[in-house]
Amino acid sequence: MVERTYEKFFRQNRLPHLWCPGCGNGIAMKAIVQAIEKNPNFTQDNTIIVSGIGCSSRASGYMDFDTLHTAHGRAIPFATGIKLARPELNVIVITGDGDCTAIGGNHFIHGCRRNVDLTVVLFNNNIYGMTGGQASPMTPLGKKATTAPYGSVDRPFDACKLAEAAGATYVARSTAFHVQHLVKMIEDGLNNRGFSFIEALVQCPTAYGRRNKLGDPAKMMAWMRDNAVMKNVWDKQPDDKKIGDKFPIGLFYKAEAETYDAAYQHVKELAGGAAK
Amino acid sequence: MKSEFTLKLERCKGCGICVSFCPKKVLALDTLGKVYVAHPENCIACGQCELRCPDYAIFMDKLKPAKEATK
Amino acid sequence: MSARLMQGNEAIAEGALKAGVRFFGGYPITPSTEIAEGMAKLLPQVGGTFVQMEDEIASMGVVLGASLAGKKVLTASSGPGISLKQELIGYAAAAEIPVVIVNVQRVGPSTGQPTAPSQGDVMQARWGTHGDHSIIVLSPWSVREAFDIAVKAVNYAERFRTPVILLTDEIVGHLRENVELPAEVEVYPRRKPKISRAEGYEPYTPDEDLVPNVANFGEGYHIHVTGLIHDETGFPVGSPKITREAIKRMHEKISRAEDEIVEVHTEFMDDAKFAVVSFGGTARTVYESVLDARKRGIKIGFIRLVTIFPFADKIIRELSKNLRGLIVAELNYGQLVNEVERAVRGQCPVKLCAKYDMTIFEPEEISAAIDELVAEVSSIRNEELGIRNDDSAEVK
Repeated sequence: MVERTYEKFFRQNRLPHLWCPGCGNGIAMKAIVQAIEKNPNFTQDNTIIVSGIGCSSRASGYMDFDTLHTAHGRAIPFATGIKLARPELNVIVITGDGDCTAIGGNHFIHGCRRNVDLTVVLFNNNIYGMTGGQASPMTPLGKKATTAPYGSVDRPFDACKLAEAAGATYVARSTAFHVQHLVKMIEDGLNNRGFSFIEALVQCPTAYGRRNKLGDPAKMMAWMRDNAVMKNVWDKQPDDKKIGDKFPIGLFYKAEAETYDAAYQHVKELAGGAAK
Repeated sequence: MKSEFTLKLERCKGCGICVSFCPKKVLALDTLGKVYVAHPENCIACGQCELRCPDYAIFMDKLKPAKEATK
Repeated sequence: MSARLMQGNEAIAEGALKAGVRFFGGYPITPSTEIAEGMAKLLPQVGGTFVQMEDEIASMGVVLGASLAGKKVLTASSGPGISLKQELIGYAAAAEIPVVIVNVQRVGPSTGQPTAPSQGDVMQARWGTHGDHSIIVLSPWSVREAFDIAVKAVNYAERFRTPVILLTDEIVGHLRENVELPAEVEVYPRRKPKISRAEGYEPYTPDEDLVPNVANFGEGYHIHVTGLIHDETGFPVGSPKITREAIKRMHEKISRAEDEIVEVHTEFMDDAKFAVVSFGGTARTVYESVLDARKRGIKIGFIRLVTIFPFADKIIRELSKNLRGLIVAELNYGQLVNEVERAVRGQCPVKLCAKYDMTIFEPEEISAAIDELVAEVSSIRNEELGIRNDDSAEVK
């Protein structure tokens, strides 16, 4: 067997991971390390992985970098502190739909607004998996959860639109099915100087799929295959085709803007402390 | 056979993703629910199995054709 | 350095800076805002970083991230803001991250009386966060001491890798005094790993003083930090033994240094038959009343807690042995008094002198409490001695 070079980014003694059989988080985690591997500026010594709380956020423990498993929703403030304290470090945030858009929603939009140079990868499994399947702000309308036994009536967030509106300078979406595409979206996010946001749709067969009769993990991934539409195709489609479960993936937004740490460097220069 | 499989069965959770996405039905789950290579002769070395394995349990290496290998 | 007129909040910012703080994350709230304003101005002058966050939770998160990246850090707030910070104060205790949190107390609960002084957060400082944690709480009574306590708080946070609460109040925070600040202070440096990764470094292996030498991020150690109960490797473990040992060590790293951490300022205790216990801004009024009472011939002492937690159990117990009565004066409905009573163990009566009406104590109010205590104790003693006075004559 040819050595899989990305394996060096995992803490081998922590594997196998704790995620359920068929959980998409493992696919997304591997996509992150494969994207890191493609970027020579990201080394295991200068890259910090920060996560919140939830299924997604257990990823940090498996990755062989300096890693920080924070409190629920708080990954972005911690990551901001690391980045502003030592701007030369690369900081990647792994979060989930509940972690990022519910309890961490305020931190999320303000992280985007400041354009802190972070790459945030949201593992969107549409549910609170770790606590057993409660509805999140990204549970689709009508889908069942333990706290929405009759189907969710809460209108869900489109986290990508939210990120763009709040000021993120790189916004993309992919899925656990579209692995190479997902790696590419993350890779480009790592290259962007500023707040980069990538939503990775992942299947949760245990807490979401089963309750909603979505079939086995492969069937949930086949749904991603059948319903995801590349952004360039999506944009050309008439509205009557953008119906049902169809959703766009790809790069949604990219802009040039000064990062927070670069902006604060000017403050230090004005105050006379830039060289200290 | 165009490929060589390496299985890390201690990582395999038997989710069946590799089995489902294999276009040639090369893979199957055994009675204990772990993956095994049922029909290696049908493998076209597409790598879909390894690509989507969430547990990094299956690795597929494309074998070089014999004449190339001797070079 | 020549003398300067400054307020307590400014002195805290100056002290923290002198102790090596290079990162501040905050959110505006009266009456603590001048600390953030001071840091916003001063930090970039020395190459440090100030950031105003979206709320108090984020302010706490951002400083913990910066601390893990190797900076000495400070944040400041008051009442409701401190409540928001409590979640991550628990995180700092569990993950053993050095951080100083200033609480400039105002009247609560809730928005309360935002501009008025109070000392109502005594118990919140000790027990505000969740779980079975240990913590250090310090309180200054003057502008000059606010500077010193800020230095000490930063040093303790670094030495014990713990959250330290600098519990001040609106009185000291907004008090202006002419102070001369020292050019140099003693600074406790960030703890460093003693062995390399190759030699088997584990971030949470305790040193001889029970405090772990956790590496800073970005130095090649590949450490894992979590709020889950973890073993010496830093990784979570679901074991009763590890859990018990982790919680025990978190307490003991501070309790075993208690004699050093606990600081109590006493005066006139040599011949004292009575004493007043107080802290922070209230102690300034108490001091005046004690001086006045001594002039009037009452043998009364002055006990000021500089360290609020760990509580000065041993010192209070020892001092109370020779006393006939103690007063606890505090700007709240009665919080510290319970700790004092517990420490006194019934060796003498403990009376509460409480105030919670936006205003600070007047010396006359403390004096009246002193006179009342002296009279009560004297009448009890007279009864014991069989001496009748007018009040007891009717009863008997």
